[in-house]
Amino acid sequence: MNPMEEMRREEEKLLRTDRLPHVWCPGCGIGITLNAFLRAFIRSKIDPNKLVVVSGIGCTGRAAGYVNVDSFHTTHGRGIPFAVGIKFARPDLNVVVFSGDGDLFAIGGNHFVNAARRNHDLLVIAVNNFTYGMTGGQHGPTTPTGAYTTTTPYGNPDRPFNIPHLAISLGAPYVARWTTYHVNQIQNSIYHALHKKGFRVIEVISQCPTVYGRRNDMKTPLEMMHYFQKNSVRKDDASFEELELSYNGKIVVGVFRDVQGIPTYEERYEDIIRRAKK
Amino acid sequence: MKPGYYFWSGDIAAAEGAIAAGCRFYAGYPITPSSEIAERMALRLPQEGGKFIEMEDEIGSIAAIIGASWTGKKVMTATAGPGISLMNENIGLAAMTEVPIVVINAMRGAPSTGLPTLIGQGDLMQAKWGSHGSYEIISLYPDSVQETFDLMIDAFNYAEKYRVPVMFLIDAMLAHMYEKIYVPPDDEIVRIERKRPTTPPEETLIYKADDDLIPPMPRIGEGYKIHASGLTHNEKGYPELTPQAQERLVKRLNDKIRKHAEEIWKVEEYKTDDADIIVVAMGSESRSVRLAVDLARREGIKAGMLRLITIWPFPYKFIEKYNVPYIVAEINYGQIYHKVREYTRDVELLPKMGGEIHKPDEVLRAIRRAVQ
Repeated sequence: MNPMEEMRREEEKLLRTDRLPHVWCPGCGIGITLNAFLRAFIRSKIDPNKLVVVSGIGCTGRAAGYVNVDSFHTTHGRGIPFAVGIKFARPDLNVVVFSGDGDLFAIGGNHFVNAARRNHDLLVIAVNNFTYGMTGGQHGPTTPTGAYTTTTPYGNPDRPFNIPHLAISLGAPYVARWTTYHVNQIQNSIYHALHKKGFRVIEVISQCPTVYGRRNDMKTPLEMMHYFQKNSVRKDDASFEELELSYNGKIVVGVFRDVQGIPTYEERYEDIIRRAKK
Repeated sequence: MKPGYYFWSGDIAAAEGAIAAGCRFYAGYPITPSSEIAERMALRLPQEGGKFIEMEDEIGSIAAIIGASWTGKKVMTATAGPGISLMNENIGLAAMTEVPIVVINAMRGAPSTGLPTLIGQGDLMQAKWGSHGSYEIISLYPDSVQETFDLMIDAFNYAEKYRVPVMFLIDAMLAHMYEKIYVPPDDEIVRIERKRPTTPPEETLIYKADDDLIPPMPRIGEGYKIHASGLTHNEKGYPELTPQAQERLVKRLNDKIRKHAEEIWKVEEYKTDDADIIVVAMGSESRSVRLAVDLARREGIKAGMLRLITIWPFPYKFIEKYNVPYIVAEINYGQIYHKVREYTRDVELLPKMGGEIHKPDEVLRAIRRAVQ
């Protein structure tokens, strides 16, 4: 069997194929990200019975429904604290939060900030498509200033999150950003992150041609991919300003932080149990 | 805890009762008058090999215990006032996905920030109706420190047995009141564990209910490939967004509690056998009502008290049982009064806006008026 065919079969084992077709629109980038995650996971050789995928609500929030492992589709914004409960109760499990930008950073922002600060041992894959896709393309916490959405018909007066910088400021030990154009880099990044500890954040900038691109001069998935291809620059030591995203502007990608040895919340609590039992 | 006598507050008894029931995971956010529960759990859980975490808010707290419950642990959070309002979203998730959790709500004067340190009973209807949608939960409400400890065991047993959130009500007075309490030997405590699947993963539909309408609950990490979603789902746990799936699921979620209601009901019938007038009361309020009933008896009025310990599912048969006038004494502007009125027309509300319980004299005057 050729390696591609073998990979496909391995991936199918990790998908709830009886749930297909999925809800995502043609040309959506969430599938690319999920595919990269599954491939990275297969490469990692981690026991699938020890993997838990938790999502919130939204287009990306549907990812948990397609992975054939213990998986939870929770409430809007609450994927991270739900995952915190699982991980803290059972530190031997690999817990991945796979969710979207609105879910993780607007309604779930407080949970993201505090879980990162406490350094819970979670891998967060944050698909950033600049918009609330599921509800029809309203502006969200990552919509670039000036962008057109259904709730910013005259352009967005709001200012987007600088996700990598936010995560770094909270002490997250692994922080990366890619676009869906960077399929191999996403996969490698997830593979490496799966072998690290602590609050790991991978932002994947993704195309939503259906409700975002078509209102912002990129009607087709291909146009959005071209945008990612032409405007992405790798710079691992990027500054705050460089990491900011502007309307249809440059996208700095890379691994911005990768440090070892910061104790996780779960590890620190083992010490608390030892002290309490003395 | 070692068996024996202790001098504890309601909050401490709630925490110790939970630990005695097998609770080993607590996530919470401090709020008056429930904070001492969190403090006690922070001290005691790691001693028992359990886990305590102070979360960023009440929303995160309840999300964390739902996640932890899927690992097989018995879990709890505690809150009050604004905190319980914030938790209601995920109470709906726990009800919909059938996750055993215990939520303590130490009721204080409300609405809004209200009277943080003083008693209220304004959350009795919210306990049942707080989250959106039609669902059933179980709610219990003790009236003493001893009963708080004892009833926590039942709360966990109900949560585990019926796979349902249990809203454990106390009030600000009970939370902070100290009383002598007896902790029984560990082997006298009856603990119920949730049903687990008996079939291998490939033959198991994780939301297929048994004849008792309750599906066995797998644990994360055992190969069952659990999928749980707050969306309307089928027996596989997969979203199925149809009226038919909605009726099947939501009907069962309600029926699994309603059909077992009589096993869940706990009511204290105090001097009701020969009563000509019955006062319905709950929690700390019932301590004043009990005295008023005794005072009325001294005057020759045959008064009695129905003390609802199970608030939800509502123990309506106890109301139907007596053909006498009722008074509902509660610290709100009429909540359980409306439930009682569903089962008898002869009922009067004795309200109190909050901050204190009725004085026995106030209840006594209401009893006298009712029998005139």
